Formats: sequence, structure tokens, C-alpha cells
Amino acid sequence: MEGVDLKLFLLVGAVLFVCGVICMTSKRNGIGVLIGVELVLNAANLNFVAFSRYTPLGLDGQIIALFVIVLAAAEAAVALAIALNFYNNHLTIDVDRADELRG
Amino acid sequence: MLGIACLLPLLGFLIEIFAGYWSDRLSKTPALIAVGCIGGGFVCSVLAMVLWGNATGWAALKADDHGAAHHSVRDLAAESQMTLAQAEEHGEEQPVGADRAEMERHAAAAAGATLKAHSATGDEQHDEETATGIIPAHAVFSGTIYRLAKFGELDITVDYYIDSLTLVMFLMVTLIATCIHIFAIGYMSGELTHEYVDHAVHLPDGRHLHRPGRHYLFFAYMSLFCFSMLGLVYSGSIFLVFVFWELVGICSYLLIGFYVERKSANVAANKAFIMNRVGDFGFLIGLMILWTSFGTFRFAENIDEHGHAQGGLFHMLRGDDGLMMVSSGTDEVILHEEHGEPLVDENEEPRTIPYSLLVIAGLGIFAGCVGKSAQFPLQTWLPDAMEGPTPVSALVHSATMVAAGVYLAGRFFPMFTTEVLLVIAYTGCITLFIAATIAIVATDIKRVLAYSTISQLGYMMLAIGVGGWGAGLFHLITHAFFKSLMFLASGSVIFGCHHEQEMPKMGGLWRKMPITALTMLVGVIAIAGLAIPVTIMGARIAFSGYHSKDAIVATALAFTEANSMHFLLFLAPLVTAGITAFYMFRLWFYTFAGDPRDKHVYDHAHESPKVMTVPLLVLSLLAAGCAIGGESGVLYQLLINSEPIGVAGGRMAAASGINLPSHEAIHLVHAQAGTWALIVAVLGAFTAYAFYGARWVNPAEVGQSFPGLYRFLVEKWQFDALYDVMFVRPVRIIAGWFVIVDRVVLDGFLHAAAGSVIHLSKWDRRFDESIIDGFANLLGDVTFGIGRSFRRVQTGMLRQYITFIALGVLALFVLMLSFFPV
Repeated sequence: MEGVDLKLFLLVGAVLFVCGVICMTSKRNGIGVLIGVELVLNAANLNFVAFSRYTPLGLDGQIIALFVIVLAAAEAAVALAIALNFYNNHLTIDVDRADELRG
Repeated sequence: MLGIACLLPLLGFLIEIFAGYWSDRLSKTPALIAVGCIGGGFVCSVLAMVLWGNATGWAALKADDHGAAHHSVRDLAAESQMTLAQAEEHGEEQPVGADRAEMERHAAAAAGATLKAHSATGDEQHDEETATGIIPAHAVFSGTIYRLAKFGELDITVDYYIDSLTLVMFLMVTLIATCIHIFAIGYMSGELTHEYVDHAVHLPDGRHLHRPGRHYLFFAYMSLFCFSMLGLVYSGSIFLVFVFWELVGICSYLLIGFYVERKSANVAANKAFIMNRVGDFGFLIGLMILWTSFGTFRFAENIDEHGHAQGGLFHMLRGDDGLMMVSSGTDEVILHEEHGEPLVDENEEPRTIPYSLLVIAGLGIFAGCVGKSAQFPLQTWLPDAMEGPTPVSALVHSATMVAAGVYLAGRFFPMFTTEVLLVIAYTGCITLFIAATIAIVATDIKRVLAYSTISQLGYMMLAIGVGGWGAGLFHLITHAFFKSLMFLASGSVIFGCHHEQEMPKMGGLWRKMPITALTMLVGVIAIAGLAIPVTIMGARIAFSGYHSKDAIVATALAFTEANSMHFLLFLAPLVTAGITAFYMFRLWFYTFAGDPRDKHVYDHAHESPKVMTVPLLVLSLLAAGCAIGGESGVLYQLLINSEPIGVAGGRMAAASGINLPSHEAIHLVHAQAGTWALIVAVLGAFTAYAFYGARWVNPAEVGQSFPGLYRFLVEKWQFDALYDVMFVRPVRIIAGWFVIVDRVVLDGFLHAAAGSVIHLSKWDRRFDESIIDGFANLLGDVTFGIGRSFRRVQTGMLRQYITFIALGVLALFVLMLSFFPV
């Protein structure tokens, strides 16, 4: 692990982030969008952990990463509940059909 | 006692006005209550008279006897009043509808007890006082019943002042009012209905007015009227007199305008009221002067709760000898206490009143009397007051309204200076002549009587003015009896002829209504002053009017002998005595004698029911006999007992050069004057017979041969026209000017102001609408537009939002890196 540079971690995080964003924008399935969100959050987590390893940030980064995981779990629970409700009402989880708040 | 007599009608009024309104309109109860009240008042008056007589040992009837003491009398009065107050309370505990007779018995029993209890003490004290022998016979009860208010110096109290004049007035008023009330039960019986048809009122659609009967209301007003008059006589301060004075005025207004639906009745009521206001204005001025100068309104001195004697008006001004103390040089009258000690103010200066101010005060008070007693120049309201029902006329003309003025003039006699008395005399003189001449040509039976009333009131004023205090009030009482008699008789005629009042349509009615004709004849003889010139048992056989009128003429003659330049004051009443006899007999012949002139009226005429004829008979007895014995009779002696001190001896006023005759002087010329008056009266009566009884002369031809004079008299000396020109027209013209001023100046100004305000507000509106509203609208529009344009962004597409977020973040990074390179 000594030879591994911070840049690599950041690069992986960036790739993960972009994958997540693309997933969120391209998927019409609600679950797919949630998966994209998880990717984005985990990319951020990777960055935090990497910074805590290579910079004076120390344990703080890891603690924040833990918070983010907890938040992601809570967010996933809420989002899945929304998805289930949406399905109950519309018999689909296509996010493009959820445009009732359109201006 | 008199307090009860006075309050009974008030109680009756209250009961009637409320109970009558709620109960059945067909009920006669209000009338009976009213009669009971006033009758109870009469009983009380009689008892009071007996009480008073016992208290003074009937000193009034024994000229040389000295009566009981002032103070003992006062105590007696206080005690008897307490007892009677209890009696009154017992009386009031009776339910409203309770038997009046029972109540009266109750009061009478209590009064009788008091009488017995006090006649003994009265006699004892009487003996004591005779022993000391210094007490005057002029017993006056005075005192305060209740204090209404006290503003600094001004002490407004309910006082009473009772002497024999008060008592006689009470007897007269209650007796006559009782008769009139009973008469009115019959006369007003047409009102006992739910649907009274007033034939004198024509509605716009030509029908007659139908309205509910107002029987109860009539009797309620009558009771209030009697209460006011009794209160006026009873009250012991000029201020209280004024209060009751106004009450009498408003009652007469209500009663004259009783047929409110008739325009003429309304106008007459207003006229009476306004004419009285003119006089009352003077009254008020007099009151103010008296208050400023004397600091009290009371007639007699009064002991307040601290035991200090507060002087009364009479004692302040007149000494024991009845003369005023005029300080030489300054023309000021010194005020003093009862026995001549001058009153002093804070600076130990004697309190004085300028003589001229006293004259003005006297004239002011007299102006009130002029208005109330319908004297010249305020006499025109009285004939118009005939619009009221006849019992009202009778009451107004005899006992209450017009008597009030003469009564006050008599009561206030000590305050009048000789100049004022001269004015009074001339006013009476002019009035009596004018009214008598108008009465000659009047054809309405009630109007003839009205003018004769004015004329007789003129006699009374004249008598008071020339110093015949007793004669004037004597005539007031006798006149009250025969005039109420004649009015009731004329009421009976009108009732019998189905409300026909024009004498030319009557005639020969004595066959149809003998009692009315007979009683009317008694009244006519009484007022004309006829007598049989033989003496039986030292007294002439004569009706009441003869004695009183003789007394007046004699006084006038004595006055003229003392002041030869005022010979008119004797001539006018003498001539008018003849005219009086003429027009009164004309009335009688016109109405009762001869052949019926209007077949229709004659055929339907009928004698009135007993309820109307019995009062007539009672009154005719009184009219004939109330003055039996003349000046040595009971009535005159009672009256003369309360004559102000100093009148009897005559009076000399060096300043004005007028001498008031003394009793001796009057007595000397009495026989002479009486003979002259009698001759003239017989002459007048004979002329009337010649014209209207025997028809030797056709009155119509006489009227045509003097058309100007005839017209002048028919037009009542043009007084109404004169007042029209003097007051009404100028007021109209001035009012017209004011209308123009109002229209042009005031209205113009107002219109201009309003117009400019409208313009201003228009501009303001434009400013508001364009700028302020515009700004607000612009703000709203802009916000709305922005919101609308942003609306398109809100697509609801989740993925699009995320794309924007991502692109936005990217753009931020690009910007950040380009502006802040690492």
C-alpha cells in the first residue's frame, strides 16, 4: 500500500462519482436512481477516507465517512418507502411519470 | 290639609293617565276618579277653612277682634299637617280602584280628630294671646315643605303661604272645578267610544276623521290643570309660583288643543301658549331682578333649620305701616327686617334696591299677569281658546288659568309701586272697554262669553291698580262663580243643539231647555250687576256681581276723586258696566227668547241630562248668593282679612303724585257709585231688550248704518290684523331676507366649499389611481411575470433536475478554476 498514491484514490472516487451521476440522470427506474445516489455518496466516502489517510485530517475524515454511511442508510430507507408508495399509487416506479409538481 | 287638596288632583292625573291608557276606553272610571279627587280636594279645603277659622277664632269675621298668634297658628299648622300626612298615607294604601268615598271618609275622620284636638289648644292660646293683646289678626301660615336644591345663596324650596286669600281661592277653585268635572262627564260622553267621529275635521278624501275616544285623557288633563292651579295658589315663593304658572300654561295648551286633529284648535293652542310666553318673559325678568336685589323668592319670612329668620319679600320691602322706606336723595328703597331694622350687607351698608329697578320688576311680574289673564295687549288668545271643549273654557275662564294672573297681581300687591299700579289700572281700563265693545257684535255664544271674561278681568286689574285690593279679588271670586255658570250653561246649549255655537241660529230655546235658560239668566243678571234698589234687613237684594262690581266702581270713583287727571279710570268701567249688561242680555235674548230662527236646530234641541243640569243649579245658587251681604258679607270679610298692610288707610306717593284711596274714602262714595253703576246697567239691559227682546229696533239696520264701526268691532278692533302687520309680517319679511341670505351667502359658501372638496378629491383619486396603485400593480405584475417565466423550468422531470445540478456544479468548478487557478 506504500506505493499507492492519493491521486489514485481520488481518481477512483471521481470515476465512481461520475458513474453515480450518470446513473442518476440516465436511469428511469427509481431504484436505479437510488443506486446512483449510493454511488455518489460512496465516492465521497472514499475521498474522505483517503484524505484522512494522506493528510493531517486524521480520524475526522473517517468519522465523517461513518456519518455519511448512516445517513445513506436512513436516506435509502426513506427513499425506498417513497418508491413503494409511488408504486402503490401509479403501478410503476418510472421517475419520469412523477411529474405532478410540474410548474 | 291644603297640601292634600292640592295633591289629590295630581294623584288623580297619574292614575288616569296610566290606567286610562291601558283600560277600556268605554269606562267612565277616569271621570269618576277625577271628580272624586277634586271633590276630595273641596272637602279638604272646607276642613282647612274650618281649621283656620278655629285657629284664628274667626277673627276675620270680627273686624275688631284680634285673632290667634302667628306662632301658635304655625305650630297648629305643622301638627295638623303631620296628622293629615298620616291620613294621606293611609289613603294611599288603598288599592287604586278602591272606593274613593271610603278614602275621603278616612281623611275626613283624621281631620276631624285633629280639629277636635286643636280647637281646645287653639282656644287656650287664643285667650293667652288676647291677654297680651299685641298679636295682629292677619294670620299667615308659611313655611318650607321640602328643599329642592341649594346653589350657594340660591335656595330653592317648596314653600307654602296660606292666608285667607289662599283659603278662599282653594274653596273657589275646588268647588267650581268639581261642578265642571261633573258637568264634563255629561258633556264629554261622546268621547266614550272606540270610534269617535270628529265632524269638524275633513280628511283629504272628504270623510270625517275617525279616532278612538279620549275621555280618560280629557279628565287626566283636567286633573293636572286643577293641581297646577291649586299648587300656584298654595305656593309660598314667587319662584314656585312661576313653576306652577308654567304648569297651568302647558295644561291650558293641552286642553285648548284637545281636538288635536282640528287645525284651528292647534293654532289656538299655539297662540295661547306663545302669548303666554311673551308675558312670562317679563315674569322672568322680574324674577331675576327680585333675586339679585332681595336674595330670596319667598313671600313671607321663614325660619331655617338653624333658627335664623330669613326675611320674606313682603317684609323686606314694606314696614309695619305698609310703607316703603325711600332713602332721600338717592332714590333707593331700603330693605329691612320684619320690624323695620334695616338689613345690612357685609360692609355694614344698608341693603337697598333702586326705585326704578323695583318698578321694572313690578312691571315684569305684571307682564306675566297680563299674558295669563289675557289683558291688553295680549288678550287675543283668550277668544281663540274657545276651540277647546266647553268645560275647559269654563275652567280656564273662571277658576284656573285667567284667575292665576289676577291672583298673582293681588298676591304680589305689596311689591308693586304706585307707578306699576297705575300701569295696571290703565291696562285693565283699556282691556275692559275694548273687550266689552267686541262682545257686542260677536255671534258665537262662547266668544261673547270669552270677551266678557276679558272685560271682567280688566275690571279686576283696574280695581287692583287703583288700590281696591279687596274689590278686585272679590270680583275675581264672584266672577269665577257666575262665569263658570254661564260657560256651563252655554255648554249645555251647545250640547243640546248638537254643537251649534252660532247664536243667530238659536232663539226660543227656553222652551226646550228651561233649566239652562233659567240658570243662564241668573248668571247674566249677576254679571250685569242688576239689583233691586230696596234694602231688606240692611242689605240690598242683589246677585254677587252687583256687590263686587260696585266695589270696583266705587274704588275707581274714589281714586278719580283723589287724582282728577285719571278720570278715565272711572268713566270707562262705568260705561262698560252698561255695555256689559247690554251684551249679556243680548246673548240671553238671542239664545233663549223670541222665535226659533233655525228650525232645524230648534227641532233637535233638547234639555241636557241631569249630570249637566245639577252643577248648573249649584253654581247658579252660588253665583246668586256667594256675595250675600256685600262688603260686610262673609266672603268679602274673609278676603279683606289678608289684604296687605297699609291698603286700608290709603297711600300717598309724593314722588308720582298718585294717591291711593283709603277704605273710608271708598266707603264715602260707595252709595253714589253703586247707584250710577246700577242705572247704567239697567239702561244697558233695557237697550238689549229693546234690540233683541222686543225687537223695537232692528240690530241689523243699526249695524248697517255704522258699517265702519261695525266692521271694526267684528274684526276685534283689528288686533289680530294689527299683530299680523306688526309682528307676523315683519317676521315673515325678515325671515324672507334671511332665507335669501341663507340661499345666496351661506348656501353659496357651502356649495363652493363642497365643490372644491369634490374637485380636490377627484385629483386625489387620479393621483391614487395612477401613481400609488400603478406602483403597487407594477410590483405585482413584475413578480407575476418573473414567476410565470420561471414556471417553465419546473418540469417535474427528476432526471433533468439532476442533470442541471451536475452541470451546475461542473460550471461552478470551471468558473472557480478559471478565476482562482490553483
